[in-house]
Amino acid sequence: MGTIIELRSVSKRFGGFLAVNDCSLSVTAGSVTGLIGPNGAGKSTLFNMVAGNLAPTSGTILLDGEDVTGLEAHELFSRGLLRTFQIAHEFSHMTVTENLMMVPSRQSGESLLEAWLRPARVAREETAIRRKAEEVLDFLKIAHVRNELAGNLSGGQKKLLELGRTMMADAKIVLLDEIAAGVNRTLLNDLASNIERLNQELGYTFFVIEHDMDLIGRLCDPVIVMAAGSVMTEGHIADIQKNEAVIEAYFGGSPTGNATTISAAAEAARGAGAPA
Amino acid sequence: MNELVFFIDNGLVAGLIIGAIYALGAIGVTLIFGILRFAHFAHGDMMTMGAFISLIIAFLLKASGFHSPLALVFLGMFPAMVITAAIAIGFDKIFYKPLREAGARPIVLVMASLGVTLMLQGVLRLFGGVSARNMFIDRPKEIFQFHLPGARRAIVLTEPQVILFIFTIATVIALHYFLTRTRLGKAMRAVSDNPDLARITGISTEHVVWATWIIGGALACAAGTLLSMDVALKPDLSWNILLPIFAATIVGGIGQPYGAIAGGFLVGLCESLSVFNWAILLRPIKPYLWFDIPSSLSLVPTEYKLMVPFLILIIVLIYRPTGIFKGRVL
Repeated sequence: MGTIIELRSVSKRFGGFLAVNDCSLSVTAGSVTGLIGPNGAGKSTLFNMVAGNLAPTSGTILLDGEDVTGLEAHELFSRGLLRTFQIAHEFSHMTVTENLMMVPSRQSGESLLEAWLRPARVAREETAIRRKAEEVLDFLKIAHVRNELAGNLSGGQKKLLELGRTMMADAKIVLLDEIAAGVNRTLLNDLASNIERLNQELGYTFFVIEHDMDLIGRLCDPVIVMAAGSVMTEGHIADIQKNEAVIEAYFGGSPTGNATTISAAAEAARGAGAPA
Repeated sequence: MNELVFFIDNGLVAGLIIGAIYALGAIGVTLIFGILRFAHFAHGDMMTMGAFISLIIAFLLKASGFHSPLALVFLGMFPAMVITAAIAIGFDKIFYKPLREAGARPIVLVMASLGVTLMLQGVLRLFGGVSARNMFIDRPKEIFQFHLPGARRAIVLTEPQVILFIFTIATVIALHYFLTRTRLGKAMRAVSDNPDLARITGISTEHVVWATWIIGGALACAAGTLLSMDVALKPDLSWNILLPIFAATIVGGIGQPYGAIAGGFLVGLCESLSVFNWAILLRPIKPYLWFDIPSSLSLVPTEYKLMVPFLILIIVLIYRPTGIFKGRVL
């Protein structure tokens, strides 16, 4: 398995604050790689740089071996990288099916001329996209809400819709930003099993920021730990949970109460209103 | 019965006519706001410009000895719509796009559109003069009369009014089909709904922006031409019509094309009904009234007509702050 995303000494400076400091890491194609770390570790900044929402101050980002440093989100999208948002985004005044059908880019119906001059081709394309949307809805088991306006979906269903969007795009790699945030346990199980199926059955690569340690433990291998803007360690979740330095980083050197695992620490961080 | 006919003519028909004009203008304003996020103040002058272009084409047709059962200026309107749409895209390229790409805030674009308005007004006066012009250059406009049983007066509809009704209905149907059935229309709704998501999912913003200016420009041209056909072409057309159009846009819910249509007709009808002399309708039942009917009993004197849209705006915004159709909150 090759490397799909590679970061080489990437840094990001906001004024005088070095949010990400000389980070190098890689994501293997076909893996579900987790990114964890205490609040303020620079995870979201790193994530935003990979997704094309922020340009790095220095360093190089490679996607599939090509230099994509500083490319915009929609340019990365056409190269097969798609992100989801911590707060689900949707076209709220359009139906679920329409939301999915918006995704594939460069549809001929979008061109002013083709829409008039080649209606048959546009129609054929529409039909194919609609069929694909139906398959995606079936795969995610949300076919029963296909004609619902996306704005009326529950939080968990919106997250499934985000996953569906990545499927419509045939993404090579999907960045999941705190997909568990605001989702109840039952739906979280659905989400997790959908991610597993996408990974195992369809070969999707996922790069995941997550505070929910259960989800990380279930899905992610390997797990990368960030602290204070740098990559601290990388490895299997079981090893990481035993790593003294990681626990230290989560507690900032001052153990609070009887929380002795990073799961508990992560819970505590979530409870304190952890930002992305 | 004569009084009823008078009411239909001067109240309802007049209101629907001006309402249709407002609706055609407000569709453009609301689409531009929904996609490009700024209030396009030059829309009124795009209407005047469109009407001038229609007139010029009509003169060209006349000079080439062209004859047709339809008024020449109406035939000229369709190429004029295409030209106005192209000019609208040109304005976007020259004035608005550089600002957007420089990351200017919406208020800067609003100011730029005010600049375009002043520029257009100057240019139109320079070439078109300040006098009012009759749009029917080949023949007088036709007048249709409908007789109600028991009435001596007839309901009068002029040719441009009939054309305007048909054109507006066709436009509304076409627009609905475009926005709900076609890929480009859906892409426009998507951009207006969630621009960030639209960007990252690879929707071509450029095509959407073009489509917006084409629809906005073409409808502005049509509204300007049809209004000038109904009354006369005056270079100061825009100022009087721009404010009611913005009122209609906001009342209908900003960014909502159907709201713009509803808002346009609401504002138009309210305007004409509030300047209508209601004393005329009371006259038949005068013997049964305990008071004298004053000779004029309109809610608002005609000179103050322009305040009506704002009154509606205030009332609607108090009870439905996002407009009749739930639009974006400003």
